[in-house]
Amino acid sequence: MPGVRRKARGTLEGWGRQSVAGSEVRSEDLVRATRDAPLSRGLGRSYGDASLPPPGAPRAVNTTRADRILAFDERTGRLRAEAGLSLFELNRVLMPRGWFTPVTPGTQFVTLGGMVAADIHGKNQHAAGDFGDHVTALRMRVADGRVLECRPTLEPELFAATLGGMGLTGHILEVEAQWERIPSPWIHQYSRRIDDLDAFQQALVDAAADWPFTVGWIDSTTRGAHLGRGVLMCGRWAEPSEAPARFPRSTLRARLPVDLPGWALGRTSVRAFNELYYWRHWRREAEGLVRPEAFFYPLDALRDWNRAYGPRGFTQYQCVLPHEAGPSSARRLMEVLTSRGGASFLTVIKDFGREGPGLLSFPRPGITLALDIPVRDDTQALVDALNETVLDAGGRIYLAKDAFTRREHFRAMEAERLPAFEAVRDAWDPSRRLRSALSVRLFGDPA
Amino acid sequence: MNVVFLGATRGMGRALARQMAERGDGLFLLGRAADELERSARDLDARGAAGPVGTARCDLEVPEGFGAALDAAVDAFAGAGGLGVVVVTAGVFATQDALEDDPALLERMLRVNFANTVLFCEAARARLLEAGGGTLCVFSSVAGERGRRTVVLYGASKAGLSRYLEGLDHRYRGRGLRVVTVKPGFVRTDMTEGLDAPPFAGEPGPVAARVLRAIDRGAPVVYAPAPWAAVMAVIRRLPRAVMRRVRF
Repeated sequence: MPGVRRKARGTLEGWGRQSVAGSEVRSEDLVRATRDAPLSRGLGRSYGDASLPPPGAPRAVNTTRADRILAFDERTGRLRAEAGLSLFELNRVLMPRGWFTPVTPGTQFVTLGGMVAADIHGKNQHAAGDFGDHVTALRMRVADGRVLECRPTLEPELFAATLGGMGLTGHILEVEAQWERIPSPWIHQYSRRIDDLDAFQQALVDAAADWPFTVGWIDSTTRGAHLGRGVLMCGRWAEPSEAPARFPRSTLRARLPVDLPGWALGRTSVRAFNELYYWRHWRREAEGLVRPEAFFYPLDALRDWNRAYGPRGFTQYQCVLPHEAGPSSARRLMEVLTSRGGASFLTVIKDFGREGPGLLSFPRPGITLALDIPVRDDTQALVDALNETVLDAGGRIYLAKDAFTRREHFRAMEAERLPAFEAVRDAWDPSRRLRSALSVRLFGDPA
Repeated sequence: MNVVFLGATRGMGRALARQMAERGDGLFLLGRAADELERSARDLDARGAAGPVGTARCDLEVPEGFGAALDAAVDAFAGAGGLGVVVVTAGVFATQDALEDDPALLERMLRVNFANTVLFCEAARARLLEAGGGTLCVFSSVAGERGRRTVVLYGASKAGLSRYLEGLDHRYRGRGLRVVTVKPGFVRTDMTEGLDAPPFAGEPGPVAARVLRAIDRGAPVVYAPAPWAAVMAVIRRLPRAVMRRVRF
């Protein structure tokens, strides 16, 4: 199973490559391993410090060896598995039998526990909601040491706080969720070039009515009238009559074997990449069958791609801007980025249809933007400026991506939801035994 | 093929049992903890094992139970092609320091890894021969290849086991019993968690794939991960005076 690249001894890092002092213990026996541990982590695909332990308790549990399927009902699609099982493995085993996750993130190298903790969303958020909307039960170890089951009707507050709760409410040991029947293992894709950001937001809303999967890539380097030009991608599962009879071949996964130097993804190369990506779609519209891997997980094709950003790494900034704030708020955010000379290698745009099920779920109705930003000396100032724009619009940020947000910005964004989440933690973990580098930074947990 | 598995719940055994399940083999799991057996059995069901995967309690520390556990497996496979393969991955591991400090642990390790594993293999051998032959695949270790200062005691238990398996293969191959001795090098599992990994350390998945090929071919000895075959070929030939000086 493709795992996490070995790190320098005594440090752990997030996908964005900023590291903390710490270690992890791997175990097949999560019940035993999670006793007294501050945090569980899976494949380490959260970008910032969400999966990193706090300074005062630097030993986290790595769940990836707890990877058994405990039940799968071929008639109903109900799945129960240990939390360290990866989506890669589930897809490998269940897709040939016609089952797929109801919601997938942009990489399959995530664990079930991580999908719950981040309440991940995907290209079908407008239609299917978050992963948490399809979770029916969790088995957890809570802070006082007890191991218990929770579901929407059993310990409902704990259940709701755990969806998107970043692992701060308890160690997730087992996940039960509803898998989805797919008519074929192929995707029918439609894509179209879009001229600017306002048109893009309208195009996403229009496409949502016709397509279960939608997403857009935007060129973050263009300014002025063409700011936010890009390519809209829509998809649906192909019907058996239009799909090839064969199962799609998995592509070989190349691996980026070395760290590229920090200048490799400088402004010039980012501009060149974005220009190329845009004009590669030289036809205004295109339509056809594609492999699900190519559609859902294009970046998985190059393992360890985060090494392209060099030793300083990068940060992914993802926020959601409410529809009420109007289409101009997305334009303002992009202007903050470009006016500061920032360039995002890969910028993704997507509309969200509904509020997530968890107390701290990221999605809410609006437009989400995800920017990949190489870490430079001015990154903190850039993230501050982006956060102020998001605050003005009444939006919020995605904790699974964040590494640079200041506590006061986070508290202001979450002023309405945070008290309820912290109340659940007060009830289950008053002394904050369960915490992470992220919760120390943003929630003010004891180090 | 139909496989009885002692040690399928964890580590390399888990990986090997999964690869067997995914190609549709029949499986019957033996082990100490009933709930662990049950969880692994359901995992293997979900991954495609032929028929529901059965289980029976069997503790390597309790030889009195070996016969009944194996008979339960034989019964389960009756009418479904009969018993074909027995795999043993279970065993006790502890570091040299821990074993030197704790005679009770040492006694248990020696008894489980050698005496009781041999007793289990004898019980399995009898049933395989009764079924007209088959394959007995047992996990020993590269630690038994030479006397080494870092694994004196554990290595001795595995050396004894390897010699037994070699003799067994010579004695019964003509009657259709193929004995496969697996000699894993360092593999990253719960058993080795916390130890410093040497070069050529492997992951359970690729090791299991190699072992499965050896079982299918009836290869008498398999080293895994693959580079350990070359490493051990050198180490087996080192003069004693040199072995005394090496630090591993």
